[in-house]
Amino acid sequence: MREYILRRVVSMVPVLLIVSVISFGLLYVLPGDPAIAILGEELGTPETYQALREELGLNDPLWVQYGNWLGRVVRGDFGTSIRTQEPVATVLLRRAPISLYVGAAGLLVGVLIGLPAALISALRPGSRLDVSVSMLALGGIALPSFWQALLFVYLFAVLLRWLPPSGYTPPLTDPWLSFKMLLMPAVVLGTHSAAVIMRQGRSALLEVLGQDYIATARAKGLAERRVVALHALKNALIPIITILGLQIGGLVSGAAIVETVFAIPGVGRAAVDAIFFRDYPVLQGAVLMLTLAVLIANLLTDLAYGYVDPRIRYG
Amino acid sequence: MGTKHLSGPPARGAAAPALTRTGPVTPGRPHRLLRFSRQVLATRLVGMGLVITAIVIICAVFADVLAPYNPNAQDYLALTQPPSRAHPLGTDDLGRDVLSRVIYASRVSLQVGLIAVGIAVSLGVTMGLLSGYLGGWPDTVIMRFVDAVQAFPGLILALAITAALGPSIGNAMIAIGFVSTPAIARLMRGQTLSIREREYVEAARVLGASPPAIMARHIWPNTTAPIIVQATLLVASAIVTEASLSFLGVGVRPPTPSWGGMLRTGSQYLEVAPWMAFAPGGAIFLTVLAFNFVGDGLRRALDPRLSGRRSG
Repeated sequence: MREYILRRVVSMVPVLLIVSVISFGLLYVLPGDPAIAILGEELGTPETYQALREELGLNDPLWVQYGNWLGRVVRGDFGTSIRTQEPVATVLLRRAPISLYVGAAGLLVGVLIGLPAALISALRPGSRLDVSVSMLALGGIALPSFWQALLFVYLFAVLLRWLPPSGYTPPLTDPWLSFKMLLMPAVVLGTHSAAVIMRQGRSALLEVLGQDYIATARAKGLAERRVVALHALKNALIPIITILGLQIGGLVSGAAIVETVFAIPGVGRAAVDAIFFRDYPVLQGAVLMLTLAVLIANLLTDLAYGYVDPRIRYG
Repeated sequence: MGTKHLSGPPARGAAAPALTRTGPVTPGRPHRLLRFSRQVLATRLVGMGLVITAIVIICAVFADVLAPYNPNAQDYLALTQPPSRAHPLGTDDLGRDVLSRVIYASRVSLQVGLIAVGIAVSLGVTMGLLSGYLGGWPDTVIMRFVDAVQAFPGLILALAITAALGPSIGNAMIAIGFVSTPAIARLMRGQTLSIREREYVEAARVLGASPPAIMARHIWPNTTAPIIVQATLLVASAIVTEASLSFLGVGVRPPTPSWGGMLRTGSQYLEVAPWMAFAPGGAIFLTVLAFNFVGDGLRRALDPRLSGRRSG
């Protein structure tokens, strides 16, 4: 197992390299580059390509540019923002805690609502409670976050005037205002996660509850609580861990929308803004930083599989 | 990562037939009334989903006939009008009929949702099955690629791809399909890993079944339920991602009506004309809901273990 962890960590290096190639290729050279080859399509117009080359002064061979860029990135030099002339690393490090704060609040909302709801629902499939919870979850999944955000702003800021429509205040500066400003983004960010966790968690639990060994456990007269806690929950952990792992990427994407709608100066907002200002160094830095976060979450997910289910061998 | 397979010559015909039995679990005794009400409800939701999906498809196909106005016709005498008899969903900042635009925009959402998920499922299932079953270097190569794509926050990667390829419906499909693939591949691999260690797969292997046969006949059929659930969620999320791209201004170009694009404009008029944001968001919501209902119905129909369970 220790060997597996080590190998898995080492295996993140090629992943990071692929990530770096994709982000480098996507934004610096358009047609006929490795990223497009990965996409399997030959798209993009020669005019924009030439314009971009001109704009960025790309005359070195590609691999030299990539090597130079990667060398700087590894040393923590993400270049300088085209828009503000600040070092990209400075910009991002200033914004990262804000995104973490909002993202953690969102995940907390998601897990605290999602997991208990899944369990309640799966234990009484077909009951009125299950039906209501499932309906709410279906609604939560279908609800587009930007629409939910607009509805919230309309209801709580425009109509009721309870909460500020947007903005961000550090929690230490003004805890109460900060909390009020965090409320809508956190709930909007957590709603989709809660719904997905509930729905897939329920379906994972039901899948497990339909297995032979559950029937056996019941047949041999075990109390229902024991069947659920020892036999069902343990076996449902793998899919539930997968679901949680997949939520991280979704939360980061959701953060981009939520940060944009609510004017929160986080990393996601920086990436979205950078696209419009063609501030490629900032976009690349933001993408790489967010990507590293998701990679670490993936690693933890994979390690958890083996811990939870000994049937999975890492050989 | 060489997994320990049962090695040695497969003893043909030696395995007890009982080992290969993989049939569904004998259902418990469900409470008849509950089971009945659940079935009725499930049928009603599926029916509702089918009806809404049909309406969206009809809107997309017959938009020319159904829309009361030209979706791009501007009327400067009727700017930001609240819903009325002439304009049931109101008008936007340029005096265009919101209902007509919502109807036309269904085309974009449907096309992008279905084609993007088609791309994702065909890529993802193949990758996950090969990766999970073969192990070794194919697993390493496929999963590192999947890890790399998935490590990108989906919407950000879709944004970057669409921005790089140039904003258009086709490029949005490619971007969204590409971004949705890892979810399927990863789920498929997880399922394959777990199932291939089960007794009936070992038994099939002992009986001499070839790896393609084991993958196709013993592993894939046992994974369809979660894949369908996932694909359903993906159609939903593909439609939402397209709308997000358009909402953020990188998707479908104006003046072509798209639900996300309409919300983008609507968000700027929230205080004066909130109906501009109500209708397109509601359309996304209902369409996504409908796909989920249909998918859920499919899941119930496909998984015998879910159809007659004990209720508690």
